[in-house]
Amino acid sequence: MGTLLTVENVTVRFGGLVAVDRASFTVAESTITGLIGPNGAGKTTLFAVVSGFLAPQQGRIVFAGADVTREPVHVRARRGIARTFQIVQPFAGLSVRENIAVGAYLRHRDRADALAEADRVACRVGLDRLLHLPAAALTVAGRKRLELARALATRPRLLLLDEVLAGLNPSELRDVLPIIRAIRDEGVTILMVEHVMQAVMSLCEHVHVLAQGRLLAQGTPAEIARDPRVIEAYLGHGAAQRLGSGASGHA
Amino acid sequence: MSKASAYGSVLALGAALGALPLATESNVLLNFLIFLLIVAVAATGWNLLGGYGGQFSFGHAAFFGTGAYGMAILQERAGLNAWAALPIAIALGAAVGRVIGVLAFRARLRGSYFALVTLAFAEVLRILANVLPMTGGAAGILIRLRIDPWHFQFADRRVFYWVALGFLVGALLLVRAMERCRFGAWLVAVRENEDAACALGVDTVAVKVAAITLSAAITAAAGCLYAQKFLYLDAAIAYGPWISVEALLAPVIGGAGTVFGPVLGALVLLGLGELTKAWIGTLTGGAVPGVDLVLFGVLLILCVAFAPRGILGLLSRLRFGLRWARS
Repeated sequence: MGTLLTVENVTVRFGGLVAVDRASFTVAESTITGLIGPNGAGKTTLFAVVSGFLAPQQGRIVFAGADVTREPVHVRARRGIARTFQIVQPFAGLSVRENIAVGAYLRHRDRADALAEADRVACRVGLDRLLHLPAAALTVAGRKRLELARALATRPRLLLLDEVLAGLNPSELRDVLPIIRAIRDEGVTILMVEHVMQAVMSLCEHVHVLAQGRLLAQGTPAEIARDPRVIEAYLGHGAAQRLGSGASGHA
Repeated sequence: MSKASAYGSVLALGAALGALPLATESNVLLNFLIFLLIVAVAATGWNLLGGYGGQFSFGHAAFFGTGAYGMAILQERAGLNAWAALPIAIALGAAVGRVIGVLAFRARLRGSYFALVTLAFAEVLRILANVLPMTGGAAGILIRLRIDPWHFQFADRRVFYWVALGFLVGALLLVRAMERCRFGAWLVAVRENEDAACALGVDTVAVKVAAITLSAAITAAAGCLYAQKFLYLDAAIAYGPWISVEALLAPVIGGAGTVFGPVLGALVLLGLGELTKAWIGTLTGGAVPGVDLVLFGVLLILCVAFAPRGILGLLSRLRFGLRWARS
């Protein structure tokens, strides 16, 4: 499997604060890769750099063999990089269908085609019964699905999911996990920032751990769960010992 | 909405308005209606950028005046036929829109900053038109009276009315077509959430520049109509803040981001304005200049307080409420 995305030595500073510090990693094609880490580790910042919302002070982003570091957001979207927002950003005044259609218009010039594509995508993520509701009327879970649907409608090669599972209850979570897996099975590469560890463990083939702006560890979810450095980054000093047996059992 | 009802409703409104002069011979009423149509066209232009794109301009006079002066100067100074001058004047208005758009949107101006920049451009153009010899300076410019359809001047007011109505219907059809195509969807997406639109591959600067260009062209066409109707322009008329205000208020009151909002708003605004002027006139025994502007202010406050999506927005909310109450 080839490499779809390469993040090379990326540094982002906000004034004196180093949000991302020389981060390098790759994402293999047609996999689900997780990006985890404690709050404030720089995950969302790194997402913003990959999707083009932030320019890094240093380093570069290579997507499908092309250096996209200096390209604006919409050009990267045309290349096939789609993202969702951690804080959902629906077009509140539009219906669910119109929201998704905005994404679908990227690959379809014609209105009928774009709306048909919106309907298909809505079916895939389970929004097909809510197509005519205003986006503002959706629940949190609905809005997260809408984020996913809009991004999917652009027919991405790389899908960046920024905490699409956060705030979902266990039954909603059970519904969404197969959807994400199905997206991957259709050949879309997924890079996800996630706090819901149960989801990360069950979905991701590979996980990168970010802490205080630096890449701390990487590996399969099972390896990561056993890694004492990771456990300590999350839970503090000494936690690794107490939880060691629990984590291996979980994987 | 089906394609037939989307375009059919515009044509039906056109037909209904087209029948009005058959019912009346009153010159006062016809003059009022022609003025109403001109403002409605200008407001439709504003609505494309402000209502659909969410970019509030305070300076649509820049486009209105460029269309009007273009019409007058091309005829009187360059000796062009009026019908040949028309597309050029509209293109000039569009060009001014494009320049302002490129400068403002490349510089990422949004909200009130964008509004102030458009206002500044309109004011600069007004001051220039007031001193340049080409525009006739403070004395203004007259278009020679040559009553002949060949010169876009008609003996019968009703003919001018129908021509102006043709402009309005054309502008409304254009907006309706835009509403139903990719560009329209992208423009609305930019209004609703620029970051999200960007992430979905929308080149937001290009979309906004295209919108202001189209918007300026439509408002310039209204300026062309004004020039041919009154055959006289000066800087305060062509580039004056009055048209910026009316082009903005009509859609806001009628319902911004809807096809018919600007038309309804222009009717309410100008209708109430005329009635108030007449009423105050009879009360005080003489005209009170500016009383209609006071009324516009009151209308705007009422609108912001009780109908933030304009009259059409209020109606659709009431209709939805009724349906909800019945079920």
